[in-house]
Amino acid sequence: MSDTSSLTDPKPSLGRLFWVFFVMGATSLGGGVVGYLRTGLVVRNRWLDDLTFVELLSISQTLPGLNATNMSILVGDRLRGAWGALLATIGMCLPGAALMTAAAFAYGIGGDDPWSKAFLHGIAAGALGLIVVVMVQLGSRVLKGVADYVIVLATAAAVAIFNVQVPIALIGAGIVAIWWHRPRARDTVDGSRK
Amino acid sequence: MKQLPEIAGVFAYLSLLTVGGGMAAFPELKTLTVETYHWVTFPEMLHFYSLGQLAPGPNMMMVVSIGAIAAQAGVPNVAAGLIGAAVALIAFFLPTGILTWGIGRLWTHLATWRWRPAIQTGLGSVSVGLVLAGAIIMGRGAVTSVLYAAIAIVVFFLLLKTKINPAYPIVASGLVGVLAHWIG
Repeated sequence: MSDTSSLTDPKPSLGRLFWVFFVMGATSLGGGVVGYLRTGLVVRNRWLDDLTFVELLSISQTLPGLNATNMSILVGDRLRGAWGALLATIGMCLPGAALMTAAAFAYGIGGDDPWSKAFLHGIAAGALGLIVVVMVQLGSRVLKGVADYVIVLATAAAVAIFNVQVPIALIGAGIVAIWWHRPRARDTVDGSRK
Repeated sequence: MKQLPEIAGVFAYLSLLTVGGGMAAFPELKTLTVETYHWVTFPEMLHFYSLGQLAPGPNMMMVVSIGAIAAQAGVPNVAAGLIGAAVALIAFFLPTGILTWGIGRLWTHLATWRWRPAIQTGLGSVSVGLVLAGAIIMGRGAVTSVLYAAIAIVVFFLLLKTKINPAYPIVASGLVGVLAHWIG
């Protein structure tokens, strides 16, 4: 467990904040940006301790928005307020956005080439493997009982097989799932049911 | 440039669906960009999605690629493409960003709220379900033969069992695709 007293001055300059997020946004190749965030924020700069990092991460995962940008907003806001949140997010997004804009133009020029199509088709299959790993890792953290797995399968079947619109599935399954886990009188403080 | 309001609307809407990760928005992303607006074909969308997994930073930066293509509407135009990319970027990150910023400040005050764990656990399983739905829809486009199924399965086990950077096996998958094209 990180010792809170080992945290550095919790008020980096806005420029420094932008730069650290920009570097993470430029170097977090191959997804897994959460790992890079922990290294950059908790280990290298010691702006957060592990407990706060996990806490902010759980907020990021519950709210809409990507983990990488939600974390930039929450950490930036905590360190330097609204401007910190904005600059951290811009720093995180800028490198990837520039690359993917360039990719769009390059695709317009070479996208019909059978060799690049073959390459892109290959990476699509590889990316599918990555998505399923991310899902399994997310699932192993959040799925606890049989009911949770039923919710997962019902939501997936509704959207992928019965073409239910995502917002309807999200709200419908969300209400059922939250109600299932509703607070009960004998709940412990952390909410886990005994 | 008449597509800009549509680009803004589509990506702002999609961003609100990304609960638990970008993949949760994948089914609607396909419906809107491929079927409703015909900005890209499904294979093109898959290609950008997969390239986006390789790019650094947030893993849904492919939205700027689609924004750039949609704004050009088949007529190559660098200025229109850049504006389309910027509109998609802002639309995709600003609304949820403001929401996260606001709720993030509130959330710490809700540490003892009795419903908070219920919401966190409940939405957790729903978001896994949405990611699974996205993976199924993506699989229908990406897995076109036994070879591509094998690539996906090998990458899955490799990433599950090792700490290797996902960029390596994904680039290797692309090279296998090139090799298959060369042989076939």
